[in-house]
Amino acid sequence: MTGVTTVESAVTALAGTPPLTAPPLAVQEAASWEPVLPGLIVLLPLLGFAINGFLALRAAAVSSAAVRSGSEWDPFAGAATPATHRLPTLVGPGVMLIAFVLALLNFIGMPDDLQEPVVRSYWSWIATGDLRIEAALQLDQLSAVMMLVVTGVGFLIHVFSVGYMKNDVGYPRYFSYLNLFVFFMLVLVMGSGYATMFVGWEGVGLCSYLLIGYWFSDREKSDAGKKAFIVNRIGDVGFLLAMFLIYQAFGTFDFGEVFAGAEGGLATGGATVTAITLLLMLGAAGKSAQVPLHVWLPDAMAGPTPVSALIHAATMVTAGVYMVARSSVLYALAPVSQAIVAGVGVLTALIAATIAIQQYDIKKVLAYSTVSQLGFMFLAAGIGAFTAAIFHLVTHAFFKALLFLGAGAVIHSMHHAAHHAERHLDEQDMRNMGGLRKYMPLTCALMWIATLAIAGIWPFAGFFSKDEIIWYTAAWAGAESNPFGALYAVYWGVALITALMTAFYMTRLMIMTFHGANRTGAAGAAHLHEAPPVMTLPLIALAALSVFGGWINVPEALQASFAGLFGALPMSEWLHHWLEPVTHAAAEIQVAGFGEAAYSAPLGGGEVTWALVSTVAAALTVAVSARLLGTRKYVAAAADSGPRAGLGRVLHDKWYFDEAYDAVIVRPLLRLSRWCWRFIDDVIIDGFVNTTAQFARLAGWIMSLFQTGQVNMYAFVLTVGVLLVLGTTVFLR
Amino acid sequence: MLTPALLLSAALFVIGTLGVIVRRNAIIIFLCIELQLNAVNLAFVALSRYTGIEGQLYVFFVMTVAAAEAAVGLAIIISIFRHYETVNVNKFNVLKW
Repeated sequence: MTGVTTVESAVTALAGTPPLTAPPLAVQEAASWEPVLPGLIVLLPLLGFAINGFLALRAAAVSSAAVRSGSEWDPFAGAATPATHRLPTLVGPGVMLIAFVLALLNFIGMPDDLQEPVVRSYWSWIATGDLRIEAALQLDQLSAVMMLVVTGVGFLIHVFSVGYMKNDVGYPRYFSYLNLFVFFMLVLVMGSGYATMFVGWEGVGLCSYLLIGYWFSDREKSDAGKKAFIVNRIGDVGFLLAMFLIYQAFGTFDFGEVFAGAEGGLATGGATVTAITLLLMLGAAGKSAQVPLHVWLPDAMAGPTPVSALIHAATMVTAGVYMVARSSVLYALAPVSQAIVAGVGVLTALIAATIAIQQYDIKKVLAYSTVSQLGFMFLAAGIGAFTAAIFHLVTHAFFKALLFLGAGAVIHSMHHAAHHAERHLDEQDMRNMGGLRKYMPLTCALMWIATLAIAGIWPFAGFFSKDEIIWYTAAWAGAESNPFGALYAVYWGVALITALMTAFYMTRLMIMTFHGANRTGAAGAAHLHEAPPVMTLPLIALAALSVFGGWINVPEALQASFAGLFGALPMSEWLHHWLEPVTHAAAEIQVAGFGEAAYSAPLGGGEVTWALVSTVAAALTVAVSARLLGTRKYVAAAADSGPRAGLGRVLHDKWYFDEAYDAVIVRPLLRLSRWCWRFIDDVIIDGFVNTTAQFARLAGWIMSLFQTGQVNMYAFVLTVGVLLVLGTTVFLR
Repeated sequence: MLTPALLLSAALFVIGTLGVIVRRNAIIIFLCIELQLNAVNLAFVALSRYTGIEGQLYVFFVMTVAAAEAAVGLAIIISIFRHYETVNVNKFNVLKW
């Protein structure tokens, strides 16, 4: 790895070396690949954060100076684009674009036969005792895919934000947080060990807190930020404990060394590896909003909508999935953990989907849909189909970002309408929308694409990724010697039902928002409008990805059938082959443990049949529910209190998770804290301190009586004292 | 010769000590302190006859310190007198709780 060595020169150099010392050819070639400025990819968003952060501080100084001098500070007075907006507009999306181009160059330049990650070590971060942690980045197929998603989708969302946040005073602050978030996310996906990953892990948690509570003057919103931070922290405890166990077992945090050590040294299903993976899963559940730690994600919708798109749909919440996929070797060694991961995933998918059915807030529906789709990803990771998990992660990033940004465009429009409406209008409540297709046809069309994609309808992206997960679940249930075969069969059924529920609630969202009669009120409706080009262009790009994104991994079995347009679709199982260097170790362990997956669905029928069944079922669900919901009369939010009783009410109230946590954890904790305050602190600790002080004061008062100020008295006491001392030393020897 | 000398020294020292304790006039107290110092000097000189020259050497030290102390002490008494217009130590009792 010296300087710029081309593949050819490495090969010729190799030809001269004696075969005894020469490593396999592929490894040597791979090692000669020079990644394009990986450090710069990470540093660029950090630079953007520094610049925007500086501008934000300066704007804050100007504003507070204006407040002190008694005048009003309004950046929007005068020019249409305030001075504080100009540089962030350039820097925020700009650094993202450059980072994306660099990530793309790395992705294109990465050799097909790169077997080992290329690690770039920058400095020794922690060196104490036997512990050596390098500040190092690594590039392999998995991190390359993640980098593309993070920088690519991130860039589009930055561009969208330029339009969405145009009228916000905190514009530079907003972009500084957004850049910082991307920085930490890149550290997370590029870090070469658990310790480096943890830095990014915590960092995105911090940025999530900052961005959810971006409008911090609103109590509810800053509370949502705190909730996200605290719930994430619970997961982080699991991650930390897992890291301690990893260090105990392997003596290192480096991915390569840990996985090599695990493959060679740990028995399948051993206690250590099961404990490590379960604790890692706790961390992943916190970050990726899995039951029971999913409660923060829907509240996270308090942040600006592009933030919801970037953090809570496309990137940050996928960190848990990435981490599980990265630790695939460990999970493959722990079948019990895998069954639990898959179970948590499928349960999350089901619960979130049921809740999404009864929500009226457009962003809440999308939030629960995100939770549900993350559940699918965990199901995939749990059954060992790590490629399928990453595949769904990628396609989900496309269509969920599109859905959220589309919802952002709707809210943007509704916000303008709300200013002019006759009555108070909740701009996110779908009961106040309806018929928006007439006012924003482009957004409507693009969101329908995303809806069809998430519903899993051929040939959109979601079909291929979701179908693959469901198919692999079925296949894994039938694996030769899988001890949890029956369990996986149940997972398969639940996943199938959940997929149909996805189709239903997304159709409901579309019908309530864009179709039927308008419920905004005449005065407000006049101000509904299509979003500006700076907002719609990213939507169009994401829509294109939502359509074609699934074609990167068309299963071979499907390619020759209708689903592959009878062989016309390109890139058969490209992602699968691309990720093979990362996932093959786990696959080998699984096959060794369970035998080959039996590729037959529980109810018979091949992959093509089930693909046909699932897409037809999803399409039917969309069609039928569109027909049924389309005829239904919705009343505006002010005149409706939602479902009053029964299951509908339970779903509307989100299965009472928040209430349960409140009763079981929050309030007892508050009571305990109050008791600690009133009794332990006030009575015992303060009592002890106060008693000591009282004693000292009493003793001081007694002694002060001797301080008469009479010099003769002092001399007398002194003499008596000396005589006593002398007397005792002389006579009492 | 030693016993009478030490007895005299002890008598002088006791007189000085009692003077410090019972007298109220700062000048008198001061003189009593000088008396104590010289009582000790006398003991030193008397004892040096048996133990060597060190006792007499110490006497010079004590006299030097006494001279310095006299200078400082008298200066303090004078400045106190300027303030209170009295040298009665019973009046100097503000330094208490």
